[in-house]
Amino acid sequence: MIQLKVNGTARDFSGDPDMPLLWYLRDILDLTGSKFGCGMGLCGACTVHVNGAAARSCVTPMKSAAGKSVTTIEGLSAAGDHPVQKAWAACHVPQCGYCQSGQIMQAAALLREKPKPTDRDIDSAMQGNLCRCGTYQRIRKAIHMAAGQAGGGKA
Amino acid sequence: MSAVRLVHRRGFLEDLFSAGAVILGAAVLPADAAGADAAWMPSVYLGIEPDGTVKIVAHRSEMGTGIRTALPMVVAEELEADWTRVRIVQATGDEKYGSQNTDGSCSIRDFHAAMREAGASARLLLERAAAAKWSVPAGECKAKAHMVTHARSGRSAGFGELAAAAAALPAPARQDLRYKPPAEYRYVGRNVPVTDLADILTGRGTFGMDAKMPGMLYASIERPPVFAGQLKRFDPTEASKAPGVHSVVVVDPFKPPHRFQPLGGVAVLADSTWAAIQGRRKLKVEWEAGANASWESGAQKTALMEAARKAQKVVRNIGDVDSEFAKAGRTHEAEYWVPMLAHAPMEPPAAVAEFKDGKVTAWASTQNPQAVQEAIASAMGLSKKDVTCHVTLLGGGFGRKSKPDYVVEAAILSRKTGRPVKVAWSREEDIRFDYYHTPAALYFKAAMDAKGRPTAWLQRSVFPTIGSTFDATATYGQDFEIGMGLVDLPFAIAHHRAENGPAPNPVRIGWMRSVANIYHAFGIHSFLDELAHAARRDPVEYALDVIGPARKVDLAAEGVKYWNNTQPLEKFPIDTGRLRRVVEVVAEKSGWAKRKSGAGRGWGFAAHRSFLSYVAAVVAVEVDGRGRVRIPEVHIAADAGMIIHPDRVTAQFEGAAVFATSIAMMGEITGEAGKVKQSNFHDYPVARIQEAPLHTQVHIVSSGEPPAGVGEPGVPPVVPAITNAIFAATGRRIRDLPVKKHKLA
Repeated sequence: MIQLKVNGTARDFSGDPDMPLLWYLRDILDLTGSKFGCGMGLCGACTVHVNGAAARSCVTPMKSAAGKSVTTIEGLSAAGDHPVQKAWAACHVPQCGYCQSGQIMQAAALLREKPKPTDRDIDSAMQGNLCRCGTYQRIRKAIHMAAGQAGGGKA
Repeated sequence: MSAVRLVHRRGFLEDLFSAGAVILGAAVLPADAAGADAAWMPSVYLGIEPDGTVKIVAHRSEMGTGIRTALPMVVAEELEADWTRVRIVQATGDEKYGSQNTDGSCSIRDFHAAMREAGASARLLLERAAAAKWSVPAGECKAKAHMVTHARSGRSAGFGELAAAAAALPAPARQDLRYKPPAEYRYVGRNVPVTDLADILTGRGTFGMDAKMPGMLYASIERPPVFAGQLKRFDPTEASKAPGVHSVVVVDPFKPPHRFQPLGGVAVLADSTWAAIQGRRKLKVEWEAGANASWESGAQKTALMEAARKAQKVVRNIGDVDSEFAKAGRTHEAEYWVPMLAHAPMEPPAAVAEFKDGKVTAWASTQNPQAVQEAIASAMGLSKKDVTCHVTLLGGGFGRKSKPDYVVEAAILSRKTGRPVKVAWSREEDIRFDYYHTPAALYFKAAMDAKGRPTAWLQRSVFPTIGSTFDATATYGQDFEIGMGLVDLPFAIAHHRAENGPAPNPVRIGWMRSVANIYHAFGIHSFLDELAHAARRDPVEYALDVIGPARKVDLAAEGVKYWNNTQPLEKFPIDTGRLRRVVEVVAEKSGWAKRKSGAGRGWGFAAHRSFLSYVAAVVAVEVDGRGRVRIPEVHIAADAGMIIHPDRVTAQFEGAAVFATSIAMMGEITGEAGKVKQSNFHDYPVARIQEAPLHTQVHIVSSGEPPAGVGEPGVPPVVPAITNAIFAATGRRIRDLPVKKHKLA
């Protein structure tokens, strides 16, 4: 039995401990905001927070999530108003939107660590998150905006 | 006869509107169809509910262009609706809507007029309903901001209050419609918030990958690794015993031509994605590879390049290039290669389908729900009417999701298992079993005068054709392929010949964003840049000289068969004046005249007409001592005719610059012994944030011309602009994509 917290709710899991967290979230908890993109930790579409740090849920086995606290895009903010989400809306970042939950979760983790990231910090933190529509320049702009408005994205 | 009618027999609209709503349908009528009752197939449905909610049916698929926002904006504008009271309802697949195939960059172009007409008709209808209610002349009633007002008597009524009365009136005649002058637009031309934005930012949007049906099984399918390979034998014993596995089922192979049929294979069905994946790992399958096992990318490239050096079928001819080459003092030749590419949308193909009581219901990430209906009906011996296809949000499409093979897989597996089935491709499957963008070999030769200006231009392309998807024997480029940069060169050159050669096709290929413009534009604008440098002239000045004076290139008069993206040349001519203008704008906005290349920094340029739009690009690159390339700046000037949503148009061109970066710098699919070698983003990389252009400035050149394409025309000029910039920075001419194959330091 694996016990963990997902978006603040305590959960028990008794299935295959090798199952990636992504499929637990999507297939079992119906939290489909975290997306499947590659299954190898290469694209970042599945990014969630595990104990506050960005993690690729497609390569995080359930056994390594035991005792941890997981936050998904659905739990990032109650009203969709996390500073990163607000900046994303202001910059109209998404095109198709599929990668954006992962981008937002990665950016929120970056801002928690580096409240005023430089372009180089952004490259380094966001390089694992692919966007095939090509929204990167707006992602960069929105991260800078969130850093300014959020006083460092501490929220 | 008006193309707008009131809808009284609701049929398939029952789920969308309440009983008290007034519903209008507006059709895109072909010029010769007026009066043909049976042909009236409205693309636009618009309803006003008694509570005042305006519902607009979006019949095109949303894959990131903002089409679920832009087309409804046009309706809301003419209707004088308040956008905050507009609800967008996604259409299921139905031929009643006309084409729903969301590709070819034509949603606004093809449906703008019908949307305007629907909105204006509904507005007039509401004004007439108010006039009747108040017994005043209809001309004195004016709709504005979701209300109709009679100024003289000071009376007003909301749209909802008037809906029932409006529903009892006849539809207005077309000649009675008044359209808003653009100066009064409140939405069109402005950046209205995108319909799905809030859902996307909170993870609530439903993509095909997210669709669920109660009791559904998850499928993981082993497909033949060589195209058209056949199942020899398989052993399901171990897979069937795996935890959570429900069954192991064969999907039959396709019958040629393959069209949108599944590739065939062996499916493991289980109660979760993970159980299906684990079960499939235990499956033992042997394949008969068949004739396509002889496919080797290296040999294919050699053969196509060889063919491009030889005389081929003439598809356009002006003057006599051969005699010009014979007498010319200077000639220049070059050949180019663009490899096979995969679409790789961030969401791999995904759908859920249920077969029940002889009917199929599907939820699919699809660009073409009617193709889903046709493909499922044909594969399962059903009528199209018995297939309902709901359209989810698409996690990228780029042409891949116009081909519904994956939805057919789900439907077939549902019939075989008696349960709803979800088919979600892995990334490996997406990369290995795509409808690839075809590889292409190109050959160019020019003769130049004393100023280095071309007097003769020979252009040849050889590539496996997308036509082979529908006719297994097709080997020459189809009209739409040669009409994307081969027969429509807009240059003022006295002697010109274009040729196209045949090529066999060993894999599935299909259209990808920008299609044949990708390789034709890469060849044309690389070669033009080579000529400019050979002449020691500025590439922009040189291009303007070669484009020549503002004129309409009359291909019909030349006798060239030219598809022009299905549109008449009278409405969408090849207008070199518009092409010159975007070149001039991009040169001015990028500060081209003052930009100096050298010492690892270079500026490149290209301009191309495609999808009836005109786009010019200037790209800056930096190449460091280790040969690494960065793209600090891209400028794009685009004339796509009338623009509905400037920000979404800008976003499409920003995205095109990134898509082009992936093509230019890193994209390449290769095959060995008939199998695709790449499998995921480690060996089929696409541009990441630090590899993408840092700043892309999009300059929309406003134009009173009709709306043309936006989603695709940004890609073709940016690819050669990048390699031209690399030449300017390093002196290395890239004729063979992608750039990553070459050592730049």
